[in-house]
Amino acid sequence: MDLKDKLISSFMMFENNVDIDSPVHDVRTEAMKNFELKGFPSKKQEAWKYTSLNNLQKVDFSIFPKEVNALDYKDVKKYFVNEIDTYKIVFVDGIYSSFLSETTHDGVDICLMSSALTKPMYKPVIDVYFNKIASKDDSLTTLNTAFSREGAYIYIPKNKMPKKPVEILHFATGNEATLMLQPRNLIIVEENAELQVIERHQSLTSNEVLTNSVTEIFAAKNAIIDYYKVQNNVGTASLIDNTYIDQKDKSVVKVHTFSFGGKLTRNNLNFYQNGEHIDSTMKGVTILGEKQHVDHHTLVHHIQPNCESHQDYKGIYGENSTGVFNGKIIVDKIAQKTNAFQQNNNILISDKATINTKPQLEIFADDVKCSHGCTIGQLDEEALFYLQSRGIPKKEARALLMYAFANNVLASVRIPELKTRINKLIAKKLGVNLGFDL
Amino acid sequence: MAYTEEELKKELETKEYEYGFYTDIESDTLPKGLNEDIVIAISKKKEEPDWMTEWRLEAFRIWSEMEEPEWANVTYKKPDFQDISYYSAPNKKPKYNSLDEVDPELLDTFKRLGISLEEQKKLAGVAVDIVMDSVSVATTFKKTLAEKGIIFMSISEAIKEYPELVKKYIGTVVPQKDNFYAALNSAVFSDGSFCYIPKGVRCPMELSTYFRINQAGTGQFERTLVIADEGSYVSYLEGCTAPSRDENQLHAAVVELIALDNAEIKYSTVQNWFPGDKEGKGGVFNFVTKRGLCEKNAKISWTQVETGSAVTWKYPSCILKGDNSIGEFYSIAVTNNYQQADTGTKMIHLGKNTKSTIISKGISAGKSQNSYRGLVQVNSRAKNARNFSQCDSLLMGNECGAHTFPYIEAKNKTAQIEHEATTSKIGEDQIFYCNQRGIDTEKAIALIVNGFSKEVLNKLPMEFAVEAQKLLEISLEGSVG
Repeated sequence: MDLKDKLISSFMMFENNVDIDSPVHDVRTEAMKNFELKGFPSKKQEAWKYTSLNNLQKVDFSIFPKEVNALDYKDVKKYFVNEIDTYKIVFVDGIYSSFLSETTHDGVDICLMSSALTKPMYKPVIDVYFNKIASKDDSLTTLNTAFSREGAYIYIPKNKMPKKPVEILHFATGNEATLMLQPRNLIIVEENAELQVIERHQSLTSNEVLTNSVTEIFAAKNAIIDYYKVQNNVGTASLIDNTYIDQKDKSVVKVHTFSFGGKLTRNNLNFYQNGEHIDSTMKGVTILGEKQHVDHHTLVHHIQPNCESHQDYKGIYGENSTGVFNGKIIVDKIAQKTNAFQQNNNILISDKATINTKPQLEIFADDVKCSHGCTIGQLDEEALFYLQSRGIPKKEARALLMYAFANNVLASVRIPELKTRINKLIAKKLGVNLGFDL
Repeated sequence: MAYTEEELKKELETKEYEYGFYTDIESDTLPKGLNEDIVIAISKKKEEPDWMTEWRLEAFRIWSEMEEPEWANVTYKKPDFQDISYYSAPNKKPKYNSLDEVDPELLDTFKRLGISLEEQKKLAGVAVDIVMDSVSVATTFKKTLAEKGIIFMSISEAIKEYPELVKKYIGTVVPQKDNFYAALNSAVFSDGSFCYIPKGVRCPMELSTYFRINQAGTGQFERTLVIADEGSYVSYLEGCTAPSRDENQLHAAVVELIALDNAEIKYSTVQNWFPGDKEGKGGVFNFVTKRGLCEKNAKISWTQVETGSAVTWKYPSCILKGDNSIGEFYSIAVTNNYQQADTGTKMIHLGKNTKSTIISKGISAGKSQNSYRGLVQVNSRAKNARNFSQCDSLLMGNECGAHTFPYIEAKNKTAQIEHEATTSKIGEDQIFYCNQRGIDTEKAIALIVNGFSKEVLNKLPMEFAVEAQKLLEISLEGSVG
């Protein structure tokens, strides 16, 4: 039985465990229909030209994990940004772990999707926001919608800011030989409110895991959101991350994606600017080796005038790795005075590595400034020579240059401890001790 | 008097197609429709050898199993391939030795197009192989070229006179199965140009062909084959204008360029087919496959000025097979009213130290859609490949669209690729600056558009620059000085 059929038949089992009379379930049923119709995307589709899911579909993933696995905090401490105090929403094999988590209802709601979807007090919010911005057409998103039950739920009311950043962690224990996870997150930040989120998916063994995650983010007027995605999973874990962001007037949303690990990673990052004077930023550092594959698909849809978007993705590709970047900017006819910038720089350090990039502009308004730039190159030989002539060994010199290459993406990370961690990850990934503290 | 952009827009909209006229020449036309018999009939009419007939039939079989592509960013009513006549040749066709013998009506047509044969003959050494409704009617300067050993003739003549050359190279760069329109063209191509430059010869003049679509309801399927043997050089020009017609006309040409070791081919096109009227009615469908193959140290340079056609679908490409070979692509695409253009290039780097440059300028006005679609591919063995791409779009008015779809694929770590694209409109401050210095708005816009496209216009050969200027004028009347 292939994965699609398995998922379709699992849906009936899934229905046994959820309230099938709630309006949310109508949304799920509708979404399931779309998935049944479309199935998994194939390479024939333009958006999946460079990324194949064929191998994943051959794996007999278990859809419902059998038992809860208790994890000791000391065993997984290193996966948290443990230098600082944070709110934590932790899932073990897709099931909420109250032991590892730290949630709150003190002025802000940082809790669980499962309670938000079932408890009556959240119903007004769910009615307005749930599945409103996520695609009802994209097959993988609708697959997630169909199975949506658990994930993070964050609601920040007007003029509030949580005391500390929120960490969303998904652990896979390896208790199942293969596991498919479909977390569903909903994040709402109301007027003048602010939020910082760090999201991470981590397998603890080398058992195969596929995560198909959907996150919906709503930024109201003047809201500020910083979202950091740390993708440094083991080489047997695959991730399909679908993020949809709806922005209103003067909101500022920044998404940073750090892709260092995993077997296959696909990031679908979609921004919809439903207001004026909006600022959207998406930045990414990708450093790959082995046979890793990372595919960044970004979309910025400028729907209203006077908005800005900034994209900056840097990639370093070694060994047999493959990188894909597809950035799409759409400027609607009425979205005059739009400034949209896109930058994608790549370094290939192995003859067997591949990079496919497609920065794409679709512009229907005339009074706009839009640009995209993309480069593929190598490290500057002269700079390398300069450093070597000053007694820095070649390996470190190369690392320094690569570090510098990725650095301007890190500059906008606003949690210093996270920045230090990312810096260390980069150094580790490049396999060198830089000789100074980052 | 202040000349505003609105006025310019209005003027652009009301600007009718100046060169729209129709010459009544009796044509020898095959019945509409397409099947194996028609393919055989075309081949027979052209008195082709058996291998050519077979080749066409093979292409037809491939074509019948293909589906029309839909990935391009254009929308149009699909042509009915069974409602097209695949062959029409001007009648009264004994080969002329002098211009006096040529049908006066035909000569008049060329005069109105501004291509007077007499003038051409006298003027700066341009040999013109005129293709009117698919059959070569007049070829000039053949003698001068023959002295150098250069073969420049219609492809149907070449099939008869130099079958071994044609057989060796036809379909090597654009195989029959390449794509839907290339397969169609391979099956039914009526005529086109053939050019062979022998080893070490530098072609002393710009070779040029003017294509025209004439007979109502006739598709035009040109086939061009240019071969530059080792160490030779040729500059080839191609230009087009077509009469007004309400019915959509289909044009699916194939151009193959082969540059052997150390050879250089410069291929320039000015295309101004009927773009449809201001309601978007009529106009030519232009689905062209153009590709060049570079051997060692060879260079192919494409220069394209596109102002016409209702729908354009065209990607002149270079396969950089040999080491140190160079591919260049310079293009201006102007769209107005309801025109749609999806154009660009492909640079396939296979050899070591290969270089490519892409400069593409798109100007959209009215309700038109202008897309750039390009591919830069560096293969794993293409060491030290270098590419620079730049695609800029200029938008005039808020009802048009500009799109960029650049694909960049690198499989070699020594590759150096740069791509940049910008989209903007004519800045008010730029116009104000000009106004301040006593340059009226119309002239200012002309200046700016001219400056915008200069990088590409500069690449056109002298002989062609005048014509290009003329065609730009028609498309963006009032904005190009």
